[in-house]
Amino acid sequence: MILPLADVPAPHIDYKGLSPLIALVGGTVLVLMAALLRGRFVQRSLLPLLTLGTLGAAMGLSIWVWSPGDHRPIVESALEVDALALSLSLVFYVAGIATVLLAHRSAALSDAGAGEYYTLLLSSVTGMVLLAEAANLITLFVGIELLSIPLYVLCASQVRRRASLEAGLKYLVIGSVGSATLLYGLALIYGAAGTTSFAGIDRALGDTVSLSDPLLLTGIALACAGLAFKASVAPFHQWTPDVYQGAPTPVTAFMAVATKAAAFAIFLRLFDSALLSAQFQWAPALAALATITIVVGNVGAIAQDSLKRMLAWSGVAQAGYILAGVVVGTQKGLEATVFYLLVYLLMNVAAFAVVIARERVSEWGDGMRALEGLGRAAPWLAWPMTIAMLALAGFPATAGFIGKFYLIDAAVDGDYAWLGVVIVAGSMISLVYYLRVVAVMWMGPMEVRLPSLPGRPRTAKPVGGWSPEADAWAQPEVTLVAVACAAATMFFGIWPNPLFDLVADVGTSLASLVG
Amino acid sequence: MSLSIPLFIPLASGLLAMLLPRGAAWLARQLVLGGTFATLFYVVAMLVDFDSSAKGLQWVTRENWIETLGIHYSLGVDGLNLFLIAVTALLFTVCALWSALREWDRPRLYYFNLGLAETAVLGAFMAQDLALFVVFFDLMLVPFYFLIGVWGRGERVQATTKFVIYTLVGSLLMLAGAIALGVLSTPDGGQISFELADLQRRTLGHGTQVWIFLLFAAAFLVKAPAFPFHGWMPDTYRATPTPVLVLLSGILSKVGAYGFLRIVLPILPGASSTLQELMLVIAVVSILYGSVMAFSQDDARLVVGYSSIAQLGFITLGIFALDPKGAQGAVIQMVNHALVVAGLFFVIAVIAGRSRESESLERLGGLALRAPVLAALFLIVALATLAMPGSPNFVGEILILFGAFDEKIVYGLVASAGVALAAVYAIRLYQRTMHNRVGPDVEPGDLSWRLDMPAIAPVVLVLLALALYPQFVLHRTEATTTTKIAAAAAKSHQTPGPDRTASSAGAPDQSQK
Repeated sequence: MILPLADVPAPHIDYKGLSPLIALVGGTVLVLMAALLRGRFVQRSLLPLLTLGTLGAAMGLSIWVWSPGDHRPIVESALEVDALALSLSLVFYVAGIATVLLAHRSAALSDAGAGEYYTLLLSSVTGMVLLAEAANLITLFVGIELLSIPLYVLCASQVRRRASLEAGLKYLVIGSVGSATLLYGLALIYGAAGTTSFAGIDRALGDTVSLSDPLLLTGIALACAGLAFKASVAPFHQWTPDVYQGAPTPVTAFMAVATKAAAFAIFLRLFDSALLSAQFQWAPALAALATITIVVGNVGAIAQDSLKRMLAWSGVAQAGYILAGVVVGTQKGLEATVFYLLVYLLMNVAAFAVVIARERVSEWGDGMRALEGLGRAAPWLAWPMTIAMLALAGFPATAGFIGKFYLIDAAVDGDYAWLGVVIVAGSMISLVYYLRVVAVMWMGPMEVRLPSLPGRPRTAKPVGGWSPEADAWAQPEVTLVAVACAAATMFFGIWPNPLFDLVADVGTSLASLVG
Repeated sequence: MSLSIPLFIPLASGLLAMLLPRGAAWLARQLVLGGTFATLFYVVAMLVDFDSSAKGLQWVTRENWIETLGIHYSLGVDGLNLFLIAVTALLFTVCALWSALREWDRPRLYYFNLGLAETAVLGAFMAQDLALFVVFFDLMLVPFYFLIGVWGRGERVQATTKFVIYTLVGSLLMLAGAIALGVLSTPDGGQISFELADLQRRTLGHGTQVWIFLLFAAAFLVKAPAFPFHGWMPDTYRATPTPVLVLLSGILSKVGAYGFLRIVLPILPGASSTLQELMLVIAVVSILYGSVMAFSQDDARLVVGYSSIAQLGFITLGIFALDPKGAQGAVIQMVNHALVVAGLFFVIAVIAGRSRESESLERLGGLALRAPVLAALFLIVALATLAMPGSPNFVGEILILFGAFDEKIVYGLVASAGVALAAVYAIRLYQRTMHNRVGPDVEPGDLSWRLDMPAIAPVVLVLLALALYPQFVLHRTEATTTTKIAAAAAKSHQTPGPDRTASSAGAPDQSQK
């Protein structure tokens, strides 16, 4: 029975290149099994430690595999490891680690069961890594489903909160529509090109397939729409604020940075590599999408009072900025995109960490008022938030400035100077809502009048909602994430060269752009 | 001498102050005050050591900062920025002194922002790399956002938000312009560089120059503020605490004008000569509008605020006359105006302290007899403001007008009206506060030697010193200012119409990108 199978040529597998994925899958299974053990120690300490260990191991292995300029097929024509995949995998791992830390005291953890929660998180990360390493349309789709399905469940994991369930359902419906659209698009591209491998499509385009082939163009349009759902690019962004607000905040943070990075990984692979020859066809459309996204996201964010919704809209706007790096289809654009994704991870996680710390103790939840007077009450939270907001707005001495600088540089260099101006215009609008957050934290009233005996007014310095639980170090892991991310944001704003070295390696990873 | 030392001392002292434990908050003021003094001493040493015969930059620091993007950490001093750096160091010291003599809520945060602000402003003046300039130019906004928003009065949060949005809209446009300038001027196969010297060597098509010029002009004119871009000024000036207002009006407003001389004229000479008329019109309208508004205001701060618009109009006029005398006058006038405005705002703060915090001219008056020292100091500053012959401002304005008369006589004639108008608003301000009947809010008393004098005296003394010996500045600025405008002046003399300028500016370049 076994003999006939032995004759089937098995694909060549490079186990070294595959090792991060193996570690992830192994860790996922381990966490799921360990969760069967009852006991406080296992549920509260062992499972998060195992999850962190898995992510840490995968991260270490990724760094071990790292060799710039190398495109190694790890599973022939299905998965390929290169600097682009590895650098974005680092984003997923760091986001995963941050999520584990941020979720440590989350209600979702006890509602859904810690084991399930961590397992779902790890499988979503696995899906993202698979997606970033995808070398053909099938793996792409498998990756995107593997990342999405656990996220639908994670969104609904706070089962006792209606908003969470609603978010899960909404994300499931919209996400499925997005996936279906993408799949349809991929099918049409396959129909036109006759191959599922990215390299094959690249070769076929303009050679055996006409660039004006309606099948191909429809396929590109549908795939683009599907990916736009995942990356929350307007006009496919409507789900974002609702789902972000409804989902448990650690999950929101994870979605905001990791899902976005994964979606852009595939934007880069599909458009800047497989479909690069058709750039003339898709680039104007993507540029238009970027413009719409920047405007819609920034305008939408202005009126928000909930911090999570505000960050959701700001995420939409930021997706527009990042898309500019994809549009230009140059090596510089690729580098700028990855650079911005790395920086975006730091700034956004810092912001979400502060939101999490505050919503657990403040009567205002994730409302803007939860931050009132934070500068005086909890500087360890107020400073990270301030830095995150200034960085998202693109102030200098933060990594956000350099990231934006790089994106505009790439846009102008790729003959899309007007897109650079659109980015700048978007940043102007964004000041309104980012600065409002800073103002709420630092610029509250100096003194408040206390009720007192007539004739003798008493005043006191206000400390908004202070209580022992509200102290920044009552939740040390959350504060730690916020401070670490904010410090990194500052550090890379002043000394960005390590990141530049990293993205210089990434720049060589898409063969179609080198030259 | 390394320029990084005076540049980063204030920030370092501010950071130290920020990190002090809660119990040692009182030490914050000493730390930052010490930092500003150290910088001031260093800058005075630079003034002495400056080689006025040298043509190029002195004490150059040049390191690669971000190699991939062609950004250098490049600092240098020449006749153009020497005195602006000096006046920055002086005013920050004086303001730190003024602040240290008063109590502030959250002192650590306050002094940290003060230190950061000084580093950012000095950085903008010293930067010899366009991207570095943009970094410091935008960075300036952060401390001022906090200084106005946290320690201001009245509608401070709205005012500071308006201020930051207005100015950042300008500077973000400049950011786009700067990147475009760097990328588009890179020759094919060449390495991108934002170093000013490199940019100056590289050529750019005339059409490109024009739109980049407009982006830069937006940033610099908002910062100044010049006439149609001054919408943020009244609210912000009303809300800002005195020492911050001195810095805002005295120093921040000069960064824009300085940017024209340092960056725009040498790098975009073609566009500068094409758009010369536009800038001159803005300058002259600013002079007239600012002067007229200044003598119709009731709020003493806004009288000074609008007079600044007029003064900045003069400076812009001097720069865009594209004449050596005009440019030199502009540089001198920047220094003078910084000193004068500092004096005026301090005096107004002292007056407000004697009149239940009222700054309304209606409710002031009659202080002179009860406050002779204050009145005398105020008179010196007021006479300098209206450019009395014998004051340093007279030297500045006369040079600017000479420059304008040489090149564009019409604008010179209209601008001369501004000199007369300056007399009107300066004397009105003095009379309404010092003479007349004692105002309803006034509780007469002279200025305090302990609280007020340490800040006001140095400003007035420097003003007097410059009045006696203006050559000290003239001598050191002449060589550089002439070279900075040379390219643009040559372009404007070369051809009668903009059409031929366009073709001579290298039309083939237009298709370069």
